[in-house]
Amino acid sequence: MDRYIKNPFHFTERKKDGIMNSAKKITTLLATFFLSLITFAQDKKTEMADMMKENGRIYVVVAVVLTILIGLILYMVRLDKKISRLEKEN
Amino acid sequence: MTDAKNYMHKSWWKIASIVLLGYTVVAGFLGEVPRLPLLQETIRNLYFHVCMWFAMMILFTVSVVNAVRYLRTFNLKYDIYARHFAVVAIVFGLLGYSTGAIWASYTWADPNKPAYNSFSTIARDPKLIGAAIALLVYFAYLILRDSIQDIDKKARISAVYNIFAYAILFPSIWILPRILPSLHPGNEDNPALDVKNDISGSMRIVFYPAVIGWTLLGVWIATLKIRFTLLKEKKMVS
Repeated sequence: MDRYIKNPFHFTERKKDGIMNSAKKITTLLATFFLSLITFAQDKKTEMADMMKENGRIYVVVAVVLTILIGLILYMVRLDKKISRLEKEN
Repeated sequence: MTDAKNYMHKSWWKIASIVLLGYTVVAGFLGEVPRLPLLQETIRNLYFHVCMWFAMMILFTVSVVNAVRYLRTFNLKYDIYARHFAVVAIVFGLLGYSTGAIWASYTWADPNKPAYNSFSTIARDPKLIGAAIALLVYFAYLILRDSIQDIDKKARISAVYNIFAYAILFPSIWILPRILPSLHPGNEDNPALDVKNDISGSMRIVFYPAVIGWTLLGVWIATLKIRFTLLKEKKMVS
């Protein structure tokens, strides 16, 4: 490229011609088309149990599982204590 | 035969196990998970099914370490340790296998075919066959133990067998399924440990604590059985 051109605006300023205008139109059209495609793809995202979280029913499941876990742990603690007592007796 | 108070009588790691398991359940059900087709919400099984296998591997490692300790010292205490850690590991393995069967029948099965048709495909998966081989080898460990009357002979032979069983464990559950085409995930890189392109960060913060929690629970059960057996042996001697 010539760095010492006489008129620097000559290169940067372009005349608006017909081809360029139609190219712009086509790109805008394509852009909107792809935008709609993206939103369409988002609508079809993987189904998850979002409903469970929204209405809070998932907390019921967590409560049930936690209760079972606590029950089993309490049983373990009791066993541990019993064995400790036996060990002391011996 | 019983020794002074050791880690089995400490309570801090038992509390840690309880806290971690509680966290696993709460964060496991409520935490964010990636939205993946087919898996969907069942991806949360990672905190339960995969942890069973991780706990199993760690407990089998503890078992083989105690087998080696027995062979070095010929102290029967270590034989009891090795046996009970192996038994709890087998229980975790069976739980891992059955939870995997449930999970696979909903995610691997072909919905267009009858259930038994998909079953034959699933049952032929190398990962399942490998896991079955590993578990059968350890079943044989228990059978071998209980078939020998002499206590010292039993301890020595089963300790040696334990080392052999451990040697076949990792080839059959990790190496063999990688050589053959398998439906089971985690056949590339370092499954569940690869930081870049494996399970997401939001799952990682639940999965690793879950592994530690389940393993500590297994250790707890094993130590209870060990303490009970040691008491029983002591009574028999006196």
